[in-house]
Amino acid sequence: MRVALFLTCVNDTLYPDTGRAVLKLLNRLGVEVDFPMAQTCCGQAHYNTGYRHQAEPLARHYSDVFGEYDAIVTPSGSCAAMVRELYPRLGERAAAEGRGDELSRVLAPVIPKTYELTEFLVDVLGVVDVGAYYPHKVTYHPTCHGLRSLGLGDRPRRLLEAVKGLELVELPGAEECCGFGGTFAVKNPDVSAAMGLDKVLGAESTGAGRLCAADNSCLMHLGGTMSRLRTEIKPVHIAEILASTEDDTEGDAT
Amino acid sequence: MNSRERVLARVRRAVGDASDSASSSYAQDVPRDYHEQHGARTAAETADLLAENLAEYRALVHRAQEADLPALIARLLAERDADSVLAPAGLPREWLSGVAARLVEDSPDSTPHELDEVTAVVTGCALAVAETGTLVLDGSPDQGRRRITLIPDHHICVVRVPEQLVSSVPQALPRLDPGRPLTWISGPSATSDIELDRVEGVHGPRTLQVILVE
Amino acid sequence: MSGTFVGMPAFPAAAHGAVADRTLRANLRHATHTIRDKRARAVTELDDWAELREAGKQIKDHTLRHLDTYLVQLEEAVVRAGGTVHWAVDADEANSLVTRLVQETGEREVVKVKSMATQEIGLNEALEEAGIRAYETDLAELIVQLGKDRPSHILVPAIHRNRGEIRDIFEHEMASWGRPAPEALADSPAELAEAARLHLREKFLRAKVGISGANFMVAETGTLVILESEGNGRMCLTLPETLISVVGIEKIVPTWRDLEVFLQTLPRSSTAERMNPYTSTWTGTSDSDGPRTFHLVLLDNGRTDTLADEVGRQALRCIRCSACLNVCPVYERAGGHAYGSVYPGPIGAILSPQLRGMGSEIDRSLPYASSLCGACYEVCPVAIDIPEVLVHLRERVAEGGEVVRNGARITVRPAKGHAAERAAMRATAWAFGRPGILRTGQRLASRTRRLHPRKLPGPGKAWGASRDLPEVPQESFRDWWARTDGGKGEVK
Repeated sequence: MRVALFLTCVNDTLYPDTGRAVLKLLNRLGVEVDFPMAQTCCGQAHYNTGYRHQAEPLARHYSDVFGEYDAIVTPSGSCAAMVRELYPRLGERAAAEGRGDELSRVLAPVIPKTYELTEFLVDVLGVVDVGAYYPHKVTYHPTCHGLRSLGLGDRPRRLLEAVKGLELVELPGAEECCGFGGTFAVKNPDVSAAMGLDKVLGAESTGAGRLCAADNSCLMHLGGTMSRLRTEIKPVHIAEILASTEDDTEGDAT
Repeated sequence: MNSRERVLARVRRAVGDASDSASSSYAQDVPRDYHEQHGARTAAETADLLAENLAEYRALVHRAQEADLPALIARLLAERDADSVLAPAGLPREWLSGVAARLVEDSPDSTPHELDEVTAVVTGCALAVAETGTLVLDGSPDQGRRRITLIPDHHICVVRVPEQLVSSVPQALPRLDPGRPLTWISGPSATSDIELDRVEGVHGPRTLQVILVE
Repeated sequence: MSGTFVGMPAFPAAAHGAVADRTLRANLRHATHTIRDKRARAVTELDDWAELREAGKQIKDHTLRHLDTYLVQLEEAVVRAGGTVHWAVDADEANSLVTRLVQETGEREVVKVKSMATQEIGLNEALEEAGIRAYETDLAELIVQLGKDRPSHILVPAIHRNRGEIRDIFEHEMASWGRPAPEALADSPAELAEAARLHLREKFLRAKVGISGANFMVAETGTLVILESEGNGRMCLTLPETLISVVGIEKIVPTWRDLEVFLQTLPRSSTAERMNPYTSTWTGTSDSDGPRTFHLVLLDNGRTDTLADEVGRQALRCIRCSACLNVCPVYERAGGHAYGSVYPGPIGAILSPQLRGMGSEIDRSLPYASSLCGACYEVCPVAIDIPEVLVHLRERVAEGGEVVRNGARITVRPAKGHAAERAAMRATAWAFGRPGILRTGQRLASRTRRLHPRKLPGPGKAWGASRDLPEVPQESFRDWWARTDGGKGEVK
């Protein structure tokens, strides 16, 4: 099976540690992973901000870059949802504009092959215990796209529960949005910040040392809020927890 | 072009050619994979469910045999000091044989102000829905005009079980005549308008007593 | 602020004050969380919820596709049952129609059942201008009317008020509208409801004209349906001699049987009850029971324009349950007034800009008043994909395009104030098509990382007022991959 890592533009630029964690984790599980250097961005921000036509070439580019792989793994619920839920819609809208099914045909191959990381682990590799060690009290925030678009369900939770040394505690109001929402965060800063603050205070109230999620975009917003508030609790991507082993100093991979 | 024609023309332009042959595609377009009722129950269990759901929304539920009905109705009215009682023309008069309060006929000439002087009303019903705890009145002679069950503050409604009882909303609708004015009643009047918290007792009868007659 | 990169429009400005208002935040939080949990329980009780939702969606979609047929069928049935049917293209026409109908009765006051359609067209204000006083009789509407306030929720228009505030409004305002509030009124919901009962009773008993909307109109029978809780609806529908119902044309269902779906989904989605206390159905007029004269005003007012948009038309499936408001984290914090419409919350954010068009700043800002979290879609009993429509309307703002306004197809230009954003989107789309350019940009950012502040000036302030920026790493992942040959050359 030829597996490609679609790291996403945000992770590539700002969170390379997450990329290294995915690599380390999958290698440990015996999966060879390629990182096609031509990859860029799935077009989600463009699409969701109302620039569907700007998102189209990015979707085509994604299809070009990843079309030859058997599986495309991404450590981002929202980017996976862009491909799986919204690429079909890009094709439908193009058809509705009288452009036929050409775009749909171009995008079709990559749609079912794109997996969010925890889906790939649980559904494709069939593992729940990935042999990780992470001696921290962790609370988990299921991000909206993971929860409602992809339907990740209890996959992340099962993976976390199998991690040695990890104590998983319930996040109050877990299913409520953190307030990031892409450009929402800057177009509606007051509401976005209020939502982020409530999420951070909820996470802090659990006594956990780490707030875990499967999407660094949400964690950037929550981490920025934590940093400003100087909280004890820190953000961490689920890949970094799952990659950690006893060999890592302080249990943190990277 | 008048407004009717203008609106219809706009609708037709908006939906394109889809507007023809409505009736032919209706059955195909609408999947009805939902249940006709939720769960299987015996007639007795259905009656219990109705009682339970009515009570949950603060209706007061009583069970009785037909023979005991006059005494029960008399007692319920007396307990709440009813001095006048509205009785629709088709209500069996023997049901009210023990009532001490003054009987008031349902007349088209009585004004709302006059009805406001009456303390209670006794009616039958068209049917009751167990799953939702609902009574349906359809203005038949034993139920009277809609306003008589609205203005008096105390409503006693008699339901014959199992004849007038259905399990579910899907079972209720085909038994009702849409040509009659219907009132579906699920508990006494209530509001959630203050802090989205339900409290009973606003404009409709604040006391709803339901007698299930077996 | 408009004209900046973020195109700061009206909703954010209105939300700014709401977010800072602690009483409002607490009121909204309390109310929405109370109902949210109850709704979830009420829905879980039905194991065929998904099927009911699908049926509701398909009934509405079918009706919309054949709306002309069903409107004509409804009209015939209502007339056959003794009613009179009027058609109104817009708010002005509906208002003058209703005003004339009231004037013809010779009455100077009307009692009203809570109705979104009449709020949408500003009927009370139009009647007031003609010297006719309209009394709102729903408890929450009464609170809004007495408080000279604006509604902030579809189901509970006074949701932004807590019991103490309501008590004060009753105490100070009831006397100038009729029967004063009782002496020493307490702030318990039960006592407040009792005060409303006493205040409104004299109005109900003397009312000669009632005005309502409707939740549903059944085309095959000509039946109108109203779901309510308090009994004010029954009062207005049965005691007056004349009843005037103003109903949006999308409220039609084809058959009597269709009610079996919505009578199950609406109460549970709305007040989280198995069934609301009172549902009234009426077909034209009945002999010696209820109003002797019945007028139905069928209202377009932007609905056919909405119908013309094949993505946006799903908003017309809405049955006004308000579940999407109660579950929305943005609504909870911004409050209903920030939406600048009688339709607040997620459904308002897609309905208002379609019904009114996007000529105003507020209507152009509404499609952005969402983090696209999808909670609204999840709870919607007719499966309106609100995020999909929001994004579709954002496209209309950002890119312009063809729309129908007042029945005419026109092309709208991209909105002003989005020029910088548009340029940025184009530039990033261009760069993302060229990995080399992306790489150059990443390297530049990494090389200058020590110089980056954790807060930004200008438009970036919107981020930095409450959040630090992430630190830019020493090298991007792709540079690390290239340097270490995919980690194989990594020395640890």
